[in-house]
Amino acid sequence: MEAATVPATAAVPRQRLREFLGKYGLIILLLALPVGFAIHDLVVTGSLVRLGENLVAGLSNGAIWALVAIGYTLVYGIVELINFAHGEVFMIGSFTAASFFATIGLTTATGTTGLFFGLALTLIVCMFASGLLNVMIERVAYRPLRNAPKLAPLITAVGFSFILQNVGLLWKSGSPQGIPDLINSQHEVFNIFGVTISNGDLLALGVTVPLLFGMTAFIARSRLGKAMRATAQDPDAARLMGINVDTTISLTFLIGGMLAGAAGLIYALYQTTIWYFQGFTAGLVAFTAAVMGGIGNVRGAVLGGIIIGTIQQISDNRIKPEWTPAIVFLYLILIMVFKPSGLLGEQTREAG
Amino acid sequence: MSSTAATSPARSRSRRGFQSPPWAEKAAAPILLVLAILLPFLFDPGSAFIADCVLALAYTVMALGLNIIVGFAGLLDLGYVAFFAIGAYTLGWLGSGFFAFVNHSKGIHVGVNAFTSALPGIHLNFVLVLVAAVLFTTIAGMLIGLPTLRLRGDYIAIVTLAFGEIIGRIARNGDDIKLAKIPIVGGPFENAFGKDQTFTAGVQGITPTDKISIPGLDPFTQLNQRPWYYVALVLVGIVLFVNFRVRDSRLGRAWIALREDEVAAVAMGVPSVKTKLLAYGTGAAFGGISGAFLGSYNSTVNADQFQFYFSILILGMVILGGLGSIWGTVLGAWTLTFINFWLLPDVLNSLPSKIGLNFDMTQITFGIYGFLLVIMMILRPQGLLPERRRAMEMTDSEGGEDSQILTARA
Repeated sequence: MEAATVPATAAVPRQRLREFLGKYGLIILLLALPVGFAIHDLVVTGSLVRLGENLVAGLSNGAIWALVAIGYTLVYGIVELINFAHGEVFMIGSFTAASFFATIGLTTATGTTGLFFGLALTLIVCMFASGLLNVMIERVAYRPLRNAPKLAPLITAVGFSFILQNVGLLWKSGSPQGIPDLINSQHEVFNIFGVTISNGDLLALGVTVPLLFGMTAFIARSRLGKAMRATAQDPDAARLMGINVDTTISLTFLIGGMLAGAAGLIYALYQTTIWYFQGFTAGLVAFTAAVMGGIGNVRGAVLGGIIIGTIQQISDNRIKPEWTPAIVFLYLILIMVFKPSGLLGEQTREAG
Repeated sequence: MSSTAATSPARSRSRRGFQSPPWAEKAAAPILLVLAILLPFLFDPGSAFIADCVLALAYTVMALGLNIIVGFAGLLDLGYVAFFAIGAYTLGWLGSGFFAFVNHSKGIHVGVNAFTSALPGIHLNFVLVLVAAVLFTTIAGMLIGLPTLRLRGDYIAIVTLAFGEIIGRIARNGDDIKLAKIPIVGGPFENAFGKDQTFTAGVQGITPTDKISIPGLDPFTQLNQRPWYYVALVLVGIVLFVNFRVRDSRLGRAWIALREDEVAAVAMGVPSVKTKLLAYGTGAAFGGISGAFLGSYNSTVNADQFQFYFSILILGMVILGGLGSIWGTVLGAWTLTFINFWLLPDVLNSLPSKIGLNFDMTQITFGIYGFLLVIMMILRPQGLLPERRRAMEMTDSEGGEDSQILTARA
């Protein structure tokens, strides 16, 4: 009896620690960088302006990642597949945007009204280009393999991502391309306590926030949105209820692709450089964001996107840009180890 | 499912087309061995063909390693390049002038030829480097495996991919890391390596690395590919032997059981943690062996070599040949190597200009691989030379005969 009770009492604090880490470990991990640098700044310079600028830039970047991450999360929610080619869909969105506004003749000299309508048109074009591309990928690479083992569609996804990268490579050559800074993205609009808010930040948030609200409303209110949620919950039952599962899955890929296309446009205008390889890193970063928020959870993807954007920005600015991808991936691994279900997600079969 | 194949071999054979007779695997080894030994004598010792063969052999070693992780144990590893990198850096560190100030600039030499003995830096005999590479990569493989133990499927792919990228980043940015500035161990490092010693040479690369030297033979050079070929052949032989022995051992059966159904395997007493870690460790060790060999053969260890593409190249070899199939993997490795280093750059390179397009065929190599992966998965997911059990799994997802008939009709 005694031998049995001793380890039991010893296990209680350990178990409590584990529970505590399970609940708050990820949050502590995420806050470590910003809080650490906040203290560092306060001690060294006595002002938080630099951190504030990091946070604003992080928010704008995060908005882009959030749009891409939603594509991952929606697709994962409905077919339990990591759409590896999603980053490339985003890249094609950027390329379409750059080519399209060059075609319709937008330059830095175009007036505000012309610019506004021109960019609105570009936004629509690249959203549809990316959306339809994503639907095509699903049709060609994933649908034939829907009943195959999980490994198979994952491999075709990787295959497609390479094909699209080469499309990008042939389209705009292998080196990063500068594109005209149409919106004068670094130009200061106003500042709060010394923290600059630029045109680029406003554009990122101005496009992202309405899109997010529109999409959430679509999923929550519309008939097709209801069909999407039903299919995500149980495809077989949904089919029995008269939902066309194939169409619904295509629709999900369309929405995911459209958001990636919008992100592509914002990225092109915000960063003013594009290259064929941007999709690979973006895809992994956005996937990290989706996992961080809890894959399958749209709000989680947005939250994750913003957090990852901020971490990236802090790391770019404080540590060294070359190390940023490594830091993001390190976070990805840590999340996978300590809380595979993410911040807002529930336990899934895969991550269990 | 497997019982149906055993009881009605004639029927399943007719349905799945050609299937090799049972003695084929035993006969294949000696025939291939004789062919492989004779091959270099049919060509000029410095010819490009033999050089491609050396690469094909080195990639075969790597593909066989990845086949253990992905094919046998069913753990999709997208970061296999990490082991190539660690193996290559092991050679870079222990077989070059990289640590120029070690031992007061006199260098450390163990079992190397007279010419190399005069150079600064650490120069160990290739066999010792191989041992070190196996050691390092096995440890690294297990460390990378640890976080994936609780995960399944896609998540494993992502974690291994992230590890591969992190290792790639460290290799690339390693010229920023001054060993003397690392906390705690920095002091002793400064004494041993000098104050400006970096961790890696980044994209500059560690050049030149030691050529393999074997007592009694002329020093290896790029002009004579034959010695390289035979060293690589010996490595492939060892790895093939280990692969066959391990596959049929208790451990190999445990891997396959875990791949087929983890819950059932664990319930039957398969220790899942140990088995998975051994899969990562063994697979990684082969990657390390090949990495060390390639580091010496290429005469440079350069951070540009260690990119995500490379993992996919090796994965493509395994998938092309047939996941879990040893001979299939060998075939896949040779096929893709020759597509990569001969067909695309030498044969098809003028094709785009002939049909009026302006690009280089080698630019789209990976697009072609991607296309190959997609086509393989859709048309022949079991690979060119499928392993029997895997073929059934890939062609019928659930239920035995019935769904097989359905897929055959559809």
